[in-house]
Amino acid sequence: MAMTETLRPIDTASPTAADGPLITGSPTFTSITQDISAPLERRAGGAWWVAFLFALGLLGTGFWLVIDTMRTGIGLWGLNRTVGWGFAITNFVFWVGIGHAGTAISAILLLLRQRFRTSIARAAEAMTIFAVICAGVFPLIHMGRPWLAMWVFPYPNGRGSLWLNFRSPLLWDVFAIGTYFTVSLLFWYVGLVPDLATVRDRASGLRRRIYGWLSLGWNGSTRTWQRYEKACLLLAGLATPLVVSVHTVVSFDFATSVIPGWHTTIFPPYFVVGALFSGFAMVMTLLIITRRVLRLEAFITLKHLDAMAKIILATGSLVGVAYGTELFMAWYSGNPYERFTFFNRAFGPYAWAYWLMVFCNVIVPQIFWSAKARRSIAVLFTASIFVNVGMWFERFNIVVTSLHRDFLPSSWSHYAPSWVEVGILLGSFGLFFTCYLLFVRLAPVISYHEVKHTLAEQRSGDHDHAQE
Amino acid sequence: MLKNEPGGVVTCAAAREWSPSRRTHALVFSDPDRTVAAVRRLQQAGFVVVDVYSPFPIHGLEDVLGLRPTRLGVATLVAGAIGGIVALWFQIWVHTVDWPLDIGGKDDLALPGLIPVTFELTVLAAALATVFAFLWRRGLFPRLSGAPRALPHPRVTDDRFAVLVDERNAGFDPRAFRAIGRELEPEEIVEGWRVE
Repeated sequence: MAMTETLRPIDTASPTAADGPLITGSPTFTSITQDISAPLERRAGGAWWVAFLFALGLLGTGFWLVIDTMRTGIGLWGLNRTVGWGFAITNFVFWVGIGHAGTAISAILLLLRQRFRTSIARAAEAMTIFAVICAGVFPLIHMGRPWLAMWVFPYPNGRGSLWLNFRSPLLWDVFAIGTYFTVSLLFWYVGLVPDLATVRDRASGLRRRIYGWLSLGWNGSTRTWQRYEKACLLLAGLATPLVVSVHTVVSFDFATSVIPGWHTTIFPPYFVVGALFSGFAMVMTLLIITRRVLRLEAFITLKHLDAMAKIILATGSLVGVAYGTELFMAWYSGNPYERFTFFNRAFGPYAWAYWLMVFCNVIVPQIFWSAKARRSIAVLFTASIFVNVGMWFERFNIVVTSLHRDFLPSSWSHYAPSWVEVGILLGSFGLFFTCYLLFVRLAPVISYHEVKHTLAEQRSGDHDHAQE
Repeated sequence: MLKNEPGGVVTCAAAREWSPSRRTHALVFSDPDRTVAAVRRLQQAGFVVVDVYSPFPIHGLEDVLGLRPTRLGVATLVAGAIGGIVALWFQIWVHTVDWPLDIGGKDDLALPGLIPVTFELTVLAAALATVFAFLWRRGLFPRLSGAPRALPHPRVTDDRFAVLVDERNAGFDPRAFRAIGRELEPEEIVEGWRVE
């Protein structure tokens, strides 16, 4: 092909690739299109079908258990009078947290001009959307009557003067997560439009029509590109405060109450950092599998994984500082209830969950001080799973151990989930992976235009741009 | 859309509205730097470059083409301001006029408690306005046929860069254009008709 002569392979010694290139191999614009399109255009492999059917099975089981809960009642769960929040709220906070990495990658790293984001942003944003969907399911179930879910929105109604209490943190959640989901979806879709056009122009027949419809008539005009980049920048600016605000508002659900263990001012930053930490771990888990299965190792390189491991190390250590601060403040406050709650958390009946959390979230990430560990797929994958587990248990500790021994010893109780609750949690993983597996078959997992842009910039690092 | 059929016959969906003044020429390149150089050369020679179609944004090209900076930020600001003001006003109205609630003897108008919803709706309105203003101004919306309005070359979303020159310009000289076309050595030159 004539064009391969005009494009030189990326030179690893070029000034833009100080410690290894972001895209390895000798790609051309043509090969980028082909490599990223390949997973969309070949038939789904056996592994995909096994994974998809398994995820669908989990989703179906979870769905059936939700229906069962609706028909029979909350007695199917392990909750009792003392512990009114259990698995469902734990899962809700866990999934909202997972979503944060996607927005952080797409918005904050865009504003900071971190070029390593280009290959991983699309998958991370998709993960955000699916995680927020999973999160949203739990309050919906928890309401008990999901068919009246519209009551959480202020709409004109015929029940006299009846509105919502806008001063309630639970209502702030509705707005925070609603906005977060909408803006994430917009950001993701706007980013997808030029790439869906690429898929369209490679397809024919009905497929071409569908992708044509979805790509909104995109034709790559410079006028459109100019405004497109501005729109993305504005959206990034708008999404950045959302990264901070969503989990802040979720933490208000706890922090504005009077329950020892919840009523602390450290909660907003602690939740936000924990969310980024768990989110990056989930991105790591997903991308290690994705790059392998879809053969995208040239685009999602060790350099990307290395950068994410550093973020996990930093946020994990911050989470460790937050745990220490919590313990210190419980002691320093002199409040006997506060002291008891934290003593109980660390040495009470749920101590195993507490120390599991500390091990997974604080100890395990320390391995990433080693550059070798940051570049070993096995270590990265194992550590990311530990962090996912640890962060789930962090939320379990916050929710359950703060509740199960309250002010009155006569009302103390124990909480253990029923198999229905465990099934619904697994069902949410089923929902998440069903969505993700469909996504990798239906949309380009890596942004064509951003990778090509990176390639063009890497190449022009060697010689001056005529227009610059 | 423009369609280049085998055998060099150029057809167009809007062919029945054919008029010599609507002819366009797309010089197709495979390299962004050469594309920008070509735009400069064509402009020097007096040709009007209507637009450049590329698989990714080429920075600096908007200045070469003389495109006006976008005012999209205005839409974001105005919508965000409206969203925030309406959200705050509505909450105040609910809690002081239409449905005052006594919660532990606290003031009806407790502004700090209204900040989260005000903030969220500010961001939501600004984001929705940004995206829809962008899509609306660029004419991006789903079409039943699935075809884009104009696509000078089927691979501009893949690995080709098309410089579109409009013949409607009064000073267009076909001979000079052919000469410059040879000089710039594009991969190909696609003739088509301007789609309004």
